[in-house]
Amino acid sequence: MKEKLMAILEELRPDVDFPAQTALIDDGVLDSFDIVSLVGELNDNFEIEINVEDLLPENFNSVEAMLALIEKMQSEN
Amino acid sequence: MYGRGGEFEEEKVQKSVLEYLENALRLVPEKLLFTDDRTEWTYAEFAGRAKRIGSALARVMEGRTRQPVAVMSNRSVQPLAGFFGAVYSGNFYVPIDSRMPAERISLMLKTLGAKVLVAGEGDRRLLGQLDFDGKVCFLDELAQEPLDQPLLDRIAGRQTDTDPLYAIFTSGSTGVPKGVLVSHRSVIDLTDQFLREFAFDETSVFGNQAPFDFDVSVKDIYSALCCRGTMHVIPQVKFSFPVKLIEYLNEKKINTIIWAVSALRIIENLDGFSTREPETLRLIMFSGEVMPVKVLNYWRRHLPQVQYVNLYGPTEITCNCTFYKVDREFADDETLPIGRPFANCEVFLLNGDEAVEAGTGRLKDSKSEDGGCGNGEPGNNGYQDGEPGDGGLRNSESESNGESLESRGRESAQGEICVRGTCLALGYYNAPEKTAEAFCQNPLNQSYPERIYRTGDIGRYDAQGLLYFVSRKDAQIKHMGHRIELGEVEAAVNALPYIDAGICLYLDDRIVLCYQCGGACEKELLRDLGKKLPKYMLPTQCLWYGRLPLNKHGKIDRVLLRQELSGEG
Repeated sequence: MKEKLMAILEELRPDVDFPAQTALIDDGVLDSFDIVSLVGELNDNFEIEINVEDLLPENFNSVEAMLALIEKMQSEN
Repeated sequence: MYGRGGEFEEEKVQKSVLEYLENALRLVPEKLLFTDDRTEWTYAEFAGRAKRIGSALARVMEGRTRQPVAVMSNRSVQPLAGFFGAVYSGNFYVPIDSRMPAERISLMLKTLGAKVLVAGEGDRRLLGQLDFDGKVCFLDELAQEPLDQPLLDRIAGRQTDTDPLYAIFTSGSTGVPKGVLVSHRSVIDLTDQFLREFAFDETSVFGNQAPFDFDVSVKDIYSALCCRGTMHVIPQVKFSFPVKLIEYLNEKKINTIIWAVSALRIIENLDGFSTREPETLRLIMFSGEVMPVKVLNYWRRHLPQVQYVNLYGPTEITCNCTFYKVDREFADDETLPIGRPFANCEVFLLNGDEAVEAGTGRLKDSKSEDGGCGNGEPGNNGYQDGEPGDGGLRNSESESNGESLESRGRESAQGEICVRGTCLALGYYNAPEKTAEAFCQNPLNQSYPERIYRTGDIGRYDAQGLLYFVSRKDAQIKHMGHRIELGEVEAAVNALPYIDAGICLYLDDRIVLCYQCGGACEKELLRDLGKKLPKYMLPTQCLWYGRLPLNKHGKIDRVLLRQELSGEG
C-alpha cells in the first residue's frame, strides 16, 4: 500500500521529497489543487470514499498520516 | 473643490483611495478593518501603522513620488500596511508574492527598476537569493518610525487622481512578466460602481481568498474600506479542507465573498457542503475564468438564498468591466453570461476594426481590414486556445486566425471584447511598446485621441444583448484562475541548457509540454522550472520527444501535435 501511495504522490508532485516531509499541509507544500487531485486518486486507487469529515490537515501532513487515513477508511468499509 | 471648510466640503472631488480610509477613520475608528489568523487591526490601528510606514518610506524615497515600492506579500494583513504606506508616501505599491521563485521576483524587480523593496522578517532567507541592488526595508522597522503628518499632508497636496496606485504583474509571452499600472481614479471608479451595484454597507464582512498579487483582492480591500466594513484574510490552508473553511466563514460571520472560480470549484469537487454549510453568506461573486454551471448549481442547491454574481474583466481594465447577477436557473450544460458593463464603462465587440452590434449578428459596415493594434501575438496562431471546458460555444473547432474570426463574427455576432472608460489601466510599467499594442486608439473614433483596451477575448451577444465569453484569441490561457502566456512557460523551458526545444499546448485544462532532448528528464525539468515559474505555470504533463515534428516552414508543428494529442489525428 505504501508503494502505491508513493507512486501516486510522485506522479502528483515529482518535485517533492515525500518521505522527508512531516508538515506537507502546515508548511504549504501541498496546496488545495494538490489535495483535490490527491483525494480523487486515493479514492480511485484504494477503493475508499474520503468524505469531508475526514478531510483534515492532520490526515495529509505526512505519508504516514495518509497511510493511517487509508487504513482507517478501508477498515470502515 | 470648493475649498477647505466650505459648505460643499462633502462634495469635494476624491483624489485618492486614502480618502476611504480617512473617512472611515473619522466615523468608525475602533471597528475591525483587517484580520488574519494572528492579527486584528481596527481602522485606527491600521491607519496609524500605514501612516508611520508612509512617513518612513517618504524619507527613504527622498521626495521622489509616483515610484514603484515593491512589497513582499503573503496571506496575512502585514503587506496591506506596506501597500498603504507606499501610497501615503506618494508612491505606488507592487505586490510580490513571497512564494514566487527568486528568479522570477528578480525579473519583476528589474522590470520595475525598483529602488525600494519592503519585506517582512519571514522573507529574509528569500531576500538572500534575490538579484536586487536597491534598498530593502522591513515592515516592522518602518512601523517603528515616527509619524510625520506635515510631510504626508504635503505629499497628499501634490497628488492627482491619475497618479498610479498599484502595479500588478501578469504573465508575458516573451518570458518577461508585465506590470499593469492602475491609477487611483480607476480604483475609485471600480469601488464606487461596486458599492452602488451590490449595496455593500457597514454590515458587509468580506472573506478574502485571492492573494494580494492577484487583482481579485483589490475588490475586497477597497470595497471593505469604502463601505466601512471588515475584511478577513482567510488562511490559505482552509481552502483544502472545506470543513475548516466553513467553520471559519461561520465563526467570522462572513457574508460577502469575491473569489476566484477555482476556489468555488474546489468546494464542489470535494462535496464540501455534505455535512455542514455556511450560515451567513448573502453575496457570492466570482471571476478569473469561466464558471462551470455545474459548480454554480452545486452552490445554489446548498445556498439558494444567496445572490450570485459573475464578474468579468482582465487586470488591464481594473478588475472587472461587466457583471451578471444570476437571476434564473441554468442547466449544467448552459453557459453563464458575463452580462452587462458597469455604469461608467463601455464594453463593445470589434472584428478587426469594425464594430459588431448586439442583436444583429452583422458587422456595422462591410469593409474589412484588420487593425494593427490587437494584442494577439502574430505567429503564435498555431496554438490558439481557450474554450476553458465549457459547453455551448459556437464554432469552437475554429483553429485559425483573423479570417475565421471574421466569419464567426458575421454568423453569430462575435468579436474581440474591447473596453473604454475610466477603468483602463495607465499601461504596462516600463514597457511602452507592449502598452501601445494593447491600449490603442479606438478605431471607431477618428476625431480625437481615445484609448481602448483590446482584451484578446472573443465575446458574443445573445438576443437580450447580454455578453458571453467565447474563447481566447491568442496563446494566452486561463489555468486554475491564473492568466498565463504559454510563451512564458516555453521561454523558461527553452532556457534550460539540456533542452533542445519545447512547446506548450493547452488541452482539456492541462498545460502539456512537448520537449525534445537527449533523454526523458521530467523530474529534473520540473524541478528546474520550479525555480523560475510559479507552481500554477508548471506543465501538468511533460511528453518527451526524441525529435519534435516540424512543419513545412521548419517550425515545430503545433497543429500536428495538437491533433495527435487530442486524438484528432
